[in-house]
Amino acid sequence: MQISEAWLRESVNPPIDTEQLVAQLTMAGLEVDSVEPAAAFFSGVVVGQVLALEQHPDADRLRVCQVAVGTAEPLQIVCGASNVRMGLKIPAALVGAKLPGDFNIKKSKLRGVESLGMLCSEKELGLAAEANGLMELPDDAPVGVDIRDYLALNDSLIEVDLTPNRADCLSVEGIAREVAVLNQLPWTAQAIATTPVSHSDTLAVNVTEPAACPRYLGRLINNVNVLAETPAWLKERLRRSGIRSLGPIVDVTNYVLIELGQPLHAFDADQLNGGITVRYAHAAEELVLLNGQTIQLDPDTLVIADDQHALALAGVMGGSSSAVSDSTRNVFLECAFFTPRNIAGKARRYGLHTDSSHRFERGVDATLQERAIERATQLILDIAGGEAGTFSGFEAAEHLPQRPAIHLRKQRISKLLGVTLDEPTITGILQRLGMVIKQQADGWQVTPPGFRFDISIEADLIEEIARIYGYNNLPNSRLLLHAPLGLATETVTDLERAKDLLVDRGYQEAITYSFVDEDIQQAIAPNDEVVRLQNPISSELAVMRTTLWCGLLKAALHNTNRQQTRVRLFETGLRFVKENGELQQQKMLAGLALGSAYPEQWSKTSRKVDFFDIKADIEALFKLTGQSPTFAPATLPALHPGQSAEILSAAGQRIGCIGMLHPLLEKQLGFDSQVYLYELDQNLLLEKNIPAFKPLSKYPAVNRDWALIVAESVTADDIIDCIKSSHEATLKGITLFDIYRGKGVEEGCKSIALSLNLQDDTQTLTDSEVEAILSRILAKLTITINAKLRD
Amino acid sequence: MSATPEEILAQALAALAEAEDLNQLDQVRIHYLGKKGLFTLQMKELGRLEPEQRRLVGQVINQARDSFQGQLEHKKTLLENAALAARLASERIDVSLPGRGQSIAGLHPVTTTLRRINKIFASVGFQTVEGPEIEDDYHNFGALNIPDHHPARAMHDTFYFDAHTLLRTHTSPVQIRAMEAQKPPLKVIAPGRVYRCDSDLTHTPMFHQVEGFLVDTDVSFADLKGVLYEFLRAFFEKDSQVRFRPSYFPFTEPSAEVDIECVMCNGAGCRVCGQTGWLEVMGCGMIHPEVFKSVNIDSEQYSGFAFGMGVERLAMLRYGINDLRLFFENDLKFLEQFN
Repeated sequence: MQISEAWLRESVNPPIDTEQLVAQLTMAGLEVDSVEPAAAFFSGVVVGQVLALEQHPDADRLRVCQVAVGTAEPLQIVCGASNVRMGLKIPAALVGAKLPGDFNIKKSKLRGVESLGMLCSEKELGLAAEANGLMELPDDAPVGVDIRDYLALNDSLIEVDLTPNRADCLSVEGIAREVAVLNQLPWTAQAIATTPVSHSDTLAVNVTEPAACPRYLGRLINNVNVLAETPAWLKERLRRSGIRSLGPIVDVTNYVLIELGQPLHAFDADQLNGGITVRYAHAAEELVLLNGQTIQLDPDTLVIADDQHALALAGVMGGSSSAVSDSTRNVFLECAFFTPRNIAGKARRYGLHTDSSHRFERGVDATLQERAIERATQLILDIAGGEAGTFSGFEAAEHLPQRPAIHLRKQRISKLLGVTLDEPTITGILQRLGMVIKQQADGWQVTPPGFRFDISIEADLIEEIARIYGYNNLPNSRLLLHAPLGLATETVTDLERAKDLLVDRGYQEAITYSFVDEDIQQAIAPNDEVVRLQNPISSELAVMRTTLWCGLLKAALHNTNRQQTRVRLFETGLRFVKENGELQQQKMLAGLALGSAYPEQWSKTSRKVDFFDIKADIEALFKLTGQSPTFAPATLPALHPGQSAEILSAAGQRIGCIGMLHPLLEKQLGFDSQVYLYELDQNLLLEKNIPAFKPLSKYPAVNRDWALIVAESVTADDIIDCIKSSHEATLKGITLFDIYRGKGVEEGCKSIALSLNLQDDTQTLTDSEVEAILSRILAKLTITINAKLRD
Repeated sequence: MSATPEEILAQALAALAEAEDLNQLDQVRIHYLGKKGLFTLQMKELGRLEPEQRRLVGQVINQARDSFQGQLEHKKTLLENAALAARLASERIDVSLPGRGQSIAGLHPVTTTLRRINKIFASVGFQTVEGPEIEDDYHNFGALNIPDHHPARAMHDTFYFDAHTLLRTHTSPVQIRAMEAQKPPLKVIAPGRVYRCDSDLTHTPMFHQVEGFLVDTDVSFADLKGVLYEFLRAFFEKDSQVRFRPSYFPFTEPSAEVDIECVMCNGAGCRVCGQTGWLEVMGCGMIHPEVFKSVNIDSEQYSGFAFGMGVERLAMLRYGINDLRLFFENDLKFLEQFN
């Protein structure tokens, strides 16, 4: 909310400057977003009056004016504005004046005629973005007075960013009340006189929904002059509150809204059919709003209607058919209290947000309506004339907001704030805030004022005490943090350790959006059921990822498109999948590598990263946990069918997968080199067994190397599994150290070189024992996978 | 009789002088001292002499052989030193060439920042808890005292899946889940991704928050102030001013915003702090009785505080990053700056 400092100071004027005032508001929880001067800097402009004017001899559009500016002689000023006329009062910039935009007024000649200044529009003074001709000042403007003083332009516009609980400060009066509390100044609400009633015409008011509209006040004001000019001071105050002038009646309702915080609405009484009914909308009822928008009303929407149809969206916006226009003569002025719960969310539903809905949603003081309608009546009569009628009204006291007394305990204040404040401090703050207090044995009974919708429990009162006392005047305790002993679990490897390992192996951590482009998601994981956002920010961020690869691939492309030829990335985070209709949010770890296996370096032939490089990275991760998973050939939609594997735990659970991005996807996504990917389930990956000690053997180990010839189709795991299945107790290790194809090995076969490590825990193995073990294993290999020793 | 010991010695010394490397030297050694070496043969021939003569001649031969052996050892040392010097010279490398091998990368600055936050709070016993990112509206709003149509809901531009399922807009639902699962006393921090339907220069639709809370029998606003004051000083490693400003959150009462003296200009006023000298870094407050009620904790017996901070914002201030969107582009040139 934007308010004028000068307006504020009219009702409360603490002896502090603007900067201090702003700091005070901010520190009281009314955060000031900005402070702007009410008008751009200019000087040398005074109130002038056109005393005489004649046509410029050489220019059709120019007039030569004699302008009184408070000096002995009038000044001759040439003017091109269409609204310049005899007797008009206008701002006149004198020779030497400085106008906004670094514009200096000098003595000049216009088409040969001397001009000693300039008559100004609002735009030229920086008071409006656009202007049609000169700024017209009221007839009573004193000639020669500096226009900044006359218009009180030496003012600041204070933009207060109010939190939703402080609806009571959505008015000049509300902020003034707060400033008075903060500065310990006396403050009373502006007294508003009752306007004499000059006729008894009324409209019947029928409220069918008293819970939604517990108070409704209306009055007819007849014979108003809607063409009357809104006074400059009022227009200027509206401008400084960020509101445009729209004619006297609407200006007045807007003025009272800003001044007191009460929204009002004026209907053209001659457009109404019968009386006023406050009811819920009928099914399929339509309403054309003031802004021209036609809305289809929902049946839980409160409307103001006449006997025939809805006239206005209650508490939000009026309708166009009953709006005040240039031909309006009689006005029905409405001033109501709508229950916040009933208005909340309605404006948003219809795509609206108005000054009125903003206030009613948050809560308007339910005791304010009579003052506000009297204030508006008085202003309308002052400006546009007319005769005020008696009120027609409705009140359902049982539905008006209640302010039950709250029990406030001294001990509770100390407990919550960590400091014991003395009683006069507490009661003084509460009383200045308009609370009624009654002393009790352990504290007080406190009744908050009607405008404080946000105060309903003890903690609310304690906050008010802390706020006015000053948060920064409260102590900082060094909390006695009795800390429980931390856990140091060994059954789960710390994710941070796994991330550090990848970093140390050259992977940069990425963080990508959890929502992704559905096309990429579909291309990579066509079989996954996706979870779709109802209101995505764009189609590129529309579905939740079912694999972290979507984001990593996009991040990799971002980099390859920027001349990076080697990219290694990993990410940790959730993937979102539906399994049997149930949403699963699984913690994953995924990685991507493309380009050369090693960074470019001297004396090492560059080679592209391959499957086994990233497999080594994954094996390194498993080294952290002591697991020995198997890599089983697999066919996955995103991966090369010959270079992809599922990673299975010893118990057969699928920990993740690894492989080369399918060449078709590689091309489709726009990569120009092979991309390797992996993704692992964090929970399964990080499972760890607590190490169990085994005694060391005192006897020497024996190593025997074999070259085995097997068919191409036999995998390394086939061989190792077969050897292990022999269950030889002395076999401690198997190392695969070479694969050979070519001369000496027949076509369709390969030679696998293995080293077997044998050791007995109770004796030294003799040669004959070793030979016996090896021949048993070899026999098994021959039978199971048709392996034979190479000659 | 063949050559005299003196003659052999002279001959041997000449051969020694001619030896140029350890190999040749060894040939010379074998020629004179080996099993069939000239000195060895001389000694063998002694047996043929009279005992009287044998002793005298033996002495001469021994002297000649010892003399030779001494000089042989000396020459050997010289040649070994020369050989070592030659090897060392030949093995000289350019130590300024870069090392080889796999590169080392780094963590994302958000992760680094989260780790620091975790570490600071872990040091006083806060336990780290995680929660789901796809949440229900009860945990994200209702249980946090944000009923339907509350204006605060409009302030959280929420991504929805259906009427009651959404992407969490803050990490506060973890507070509810933790209080549902555990009994006080509780000291928890909850880091993680959060989502708001907002994207412009200063907003990304996803970012990170850390929620923290403490519930015990005697927790006060002064404790909250003390903890956050110490945290901010530890995080920025600076003795900065900290101020607490009244604010509003439906789930805390009293509520506050925490400002720290601008770490860029030390409070003098700059572009980063909008000339105010202060930076808003956290929201906090005493847990609202309605929140305790929704998790069945007796707010008469227990009190607690909660706080929340934006991780990207803290990282930006810590490292001087000027564009939020860089965090999620994952440009290596950006990421590598924090390795």
